[in-house]
Amino acid sequence: MHAWLERQIPKMVLAPSFVAILIFVYGFIGWTAWISLTRSKLLPRYDLHGLIQYKRLLAAPRWDTAMDNLFLFGSLFIGISMLLGLGLAILLDQRIRIEGVLRTIYLYPMALSMIVTGTAWKWIMNPGLGLEAMVRGWGFDSFRFSWIIDPDMAIYAVVVAGVWQASGFVMALFLAGLRSVDGEIIKAAQVDGIPGWRIYSAIILPSMAPIFLSAFIVLAHLAIKSFDLVVALTGGGPGYATDLPATYMYAMAFSRGDIGQAASSAMVMMAVVFAIVVPYLYSELRAKHD
Amino acid sequence: MTDFTASPPGPAPRAPGRIALRWLLFILLGLFALFYLMPLFVMVTTSLKSLEEIRSGSLVAFPRELTFDAWRTAWSGACTGIQCEGLRPYFWNSVLLAVPAVLISTFLGAANGYIIAQWNFRGANLIFSAMLFGCFIPFQVVLLPMARMLGMMGLAGTIPGLIFAHVVYGIGFTTLFFRNFYVTIPSDLVKAAKVDGAGFFRIFWSIFLPLSLPIIVVTVIWQFTQIWNDFLFGVSFSQAGTQPVTVALNNIVNSTTGVKEYNVDMAAAIIAGLPTLLVYVVAGKYFIRGLTAGSVKG
Repeated sequence: MHAWLERQIPKMVLAPSFVAILIFVYGFIGWTAWISLTRSKLLPRYDLHGLIQYKRLLAAPRWDTAMDNLFLFGSLFIGISMLLGLGLAILLDQRIRIEGVLRTIYLYPMALSMIVTGTAWKWIMNPGLGLEAMVRGWGFDSFRFSWIIDPDMAIYAVVVAGVWQASGFVMALFLAGLRSVDGEIIKAAQVDGIPGWRIYSAIILPSMAPIFLSAFIVLAHLAIKSFDLVVALTGGGPGYATDLPATYMYAMAFSRGDIGQAASSAMVMMAVVFAIVVPYLYSELRAKHD
Repeated sequence: MTDFTASPPGPAPRAPGRIALRWLLFILLGLFALFYLMPLFVMVTTSLKSLEEIRSGSLVAFPRELTFDAWRTAWSGACTGIQCEGLRPYFWNSVLLAVPAVLISTFLGAANGYIIAQWNFRGANLIFSAMLFGCFIPFQVVLLPMARMLGMMGLAGTIPGLIFAHVVYGIGFTTLFFRNFYVTIPSDLVKAAKVDGAGFFRIFWSIFLPLSLPIIVVTVIWQFTQIWNDFLFGVSFSQAGTQPVTVALNNIVNSTTGVKEYNVDMAAAIIAGLPTLLVYVVAGKYFIRGLTAGSVKG
């Protein structure tokens, strides 16, 4: 009896966390999925009405803008952060004496809240007093830089702030990857007189494919969940020019009182995340078992 | 380590081309450093200027006259909507929220990781996968039911409610960190301890926890950064008076009453960012380790 009890202890200690995850992750996803199939407005209603909320979503111009923005913001944010991160990592990998200091400088934005980042860049890009005024003060009187109040350009302002925040992190990932490449191969290539850029493009970068993949996953995940940055920088505006699915969901849930739309938009966000993450997780787990 | 601008293997003359390349490298690295430092510099200098000087001077100019008024206002006088108490009460809300949430989620993660890595029973790996999966969900998908659940538990709009949400959705990551750390400890250790008559808790307290200092530091830093910087839960599950500092900062910046005080906004932003920035400066190594450990799977 005592031995049996002894064997149950680990299960009993793990149980509360497991139950919590079951309810608060899986149960809640189920609840949101269910609500997304109803006509719920201000209050939840539980009688199913098929895909009506998803049809409304597809018909809503604001959602359309949000998805377009996600695609545009996502590709630029991921693309530029990867390029910049890789470039910085390669530059830093050239035996720089003050590498530690530079690394600290490149990476510190990652420690800040997106709200802080958004607040800072909102001020820098302030049309009347920020960069625009600064450059005009240098004598370029016709200089214009009003991205954050321009509906066509505001989303690029979000990209700039996002890249500023996340690119240092990509740099850290790539730098760790560069350091783990087998030095013997590189020495052999150098002895053979192969030029540096060829060594990078033909030997080092291909061996870092897994790091490209994880950087991509992390950045994509950040892009889809982006909420605070937009709230702080543009508030989703002008109008709803910089709405992303996350801000759309929040607006529907907490200011428009349309929880059917909130639930269905959240489900679409989850589907996008899983379309990216699940194949990756699957291959990771399989690679572990082999 | 790969190095192409310095000397290749064997004796090499310091060719002028190489030196030029070296200079180019430093100039590039320096320019990027300026790009990353510029916002911080602008924030600090703006917060130390008077409004008048902000309007007349350049964005990147040093303050002609240092004034700490903006800091005083940001800390104890700035308006978030109708209340004008500055960031101070919200800063303490964040402290009251982050400290217990970090401690509880770290402790649970340690216990869970210890069990999954060392007391493997049938189904344990399934439970681990289920937890891991929870790390990836966009929180929007649990936002509505969580708001209702907190209401039913009587925790709506309270700090304990926020702590609860952060603990529940933090368990996945903390468990992952500890599990990945504890699987590297040979299982013979547990076997030997059992032979010596030590039980589940004894082995945890006396053997595993003392070994865990590095991973505890990584996890605490990761959780603290996540929770301190959180905005989504803060804005969704709090009400006037219980808001964390990020929500209050956003309210100050977007408050429409009165003159726009950019210096106060910047001082408030620095105050809100200071704790995590300090952690980063003091324990950057562990911060990066958490980021990369989290990114391998999340």
